[in-house]
Amino acid sequence: MSVVRSLAVALLVAVAITVQVGLFAHLSIAGVVPDLALLVVVAAAIVRGPAYGTVLGLFAGLAVDLAPPADGVAGRWALALALAGWLAGQARGDARQSALATLVTVAVSSLAATSVYALSGLVLSEPGVTVARVVEVLPVAVLYDVAVTPLVVPLAMLLLRRLDPTPVRW
Amino acid sequence: MPSRPTDRDDGRRARTALALCVLTAITVMTLDGAGGDDSPVDPLRAATAEVFGPMQTGAAAVGTPVVELVDLVGEARGLREDNERLAEQNAAMRSELATGEVDRTRLAEYDALTGVAEGTGFDLVPARVVAIGPAQAFARTVTVDAGTADGVHADLTVVDASGLVGRVLRAGRHTATVLLAVDAGSVIGGRLDRSMELGFLRGDGGIGADALLSLDLVDPEAVPAEGDTVVTWGSRGGSPYVAGVPVGEVTRVHASAGDQSVTAGVRPFADMSSLDLVGVVVGPRRTGPRAVLGGGAPYAGDDARWGQR
Repeated sequence: MSVVRSLAVALLVAVAITVQVGLFAHLSIAGVVPDLALLVVVAAAIVRGPAYGTVLGLFAGLAVDLAPPADGVAGRWALALALAGWLAGQARGDARQSALATLVTVAVSSLAATSVYALSGLVLSEPGVTVARVVEVLPVAVLYDVAVTPLVVPLAMLLLRRLDPTPVRW
Repeated sequence: MPSRPTDRDDGRRARTALALCVLTAITVMTLDGAGGDDSPVDPLRAATAEVFGPMQTGAAAVGTPVVELVDLVGEARGLREDNERLAEQNAAMRSELATGEVDRTRLAEYDALTGVAEGTGFDLVPARVVAIGPAQAFARTVTVDAGTADGVHADLTVVDASGLVGRVLRAGRHTATVLLAVDAGSVIGGRLDRSMELGFLRGDGGIGADALLSLDLVDPEAVPAEGDTVVTWGSRGGSPYVAGVPVGEVTRVHASAGDQSVTAGVRPFADMSSLDLVGVVVGPRRTGPRAVLGGGAPYAGDDARWGQR
């Protein structure tokens, strides 16, 4: 059963990544699209706790790093999303009870993940990553993530709860 | 709540997971970064492309009608209930019309690309852009739905009906990743059409219509003029760039007083923000009398064959 569960979660992440670079590419704001993989990781961290969120973040991030059309050194999104999963897990008590707390959790996780990804690019001197561009992209990315949260996170949380019917410790 | 031992255990477990995951991510970065062109992560990358490539192609096929549907729902919302039947009919007809429009546009695109292939003698594999890298990733790359099964491999030139798009970075069986000319890591040899001066075109990584290429000429004395067309200089063996493909038009010339060099801003002919149908150059230019004379010298006289500026 645990294999089936893992496969279902993997499928959820894969669909998120595909929709993010495919369908949402037509709905981008200044080239920025909502980070659906991050939203799935945040939802998982809220439902299953920080340890699960961190590990799922690592694997989801690796998939984002490796799936086309990504280019550049792999492992950067993995680092960013693992951290986002851990952060969201810390706030799970509040995020389970209020929608506003969920939005704040998404905003903080998104800000942290996008910044860590950008900073790693600056450290590794990847082409295209400049401070000016990071400052341009960061607010749009965070706001867009927060804007689609009501559409994605409750649905992802519902699916993850269905997959794991055992009562969760508070 | 924090005083309960289970929460403390949870916290400790999460911190351990975080430490291990951060270490794993850094290890992957180190392996991939140090490996360079021969990275140990590449097999994993190729395997991931085999899974995600077809998913993206499938999503693109589903996605276009969905985007159109979203528009239609918005338009139909204002209609009254007793008009429901008519509205439905209307929506169906509109949908038909919208799809017809897309089909017509695509047919025109194929037509233009076929014209380019016939006019220039390049063998082109037509491919559709199915995924676009987000701005958060700071790289200008797209996925196209043609791969090694269609004769596409790494380091081939990608064009559309109006000019150069970029080059193939890597190819899976049914999809390939294309590095756009405007990516900050892209460097292309270019030639000014009027003065035949050579230079290097670098992308600025910009998004949308304001993305520019900067042209540095090899000869410091040469001065590009606004309105000059830049074509590809051509690499040895036509890989990664074949010669004579129009890249863009010089829109800005600025002289730097410091090092007395002249840099030009080049606006690409291909609209990098709304790429749809592209062609991957898989065959060499048809050999003609010029090849005998020039030994493969770049041939830049056929701009008329590239339409839709």
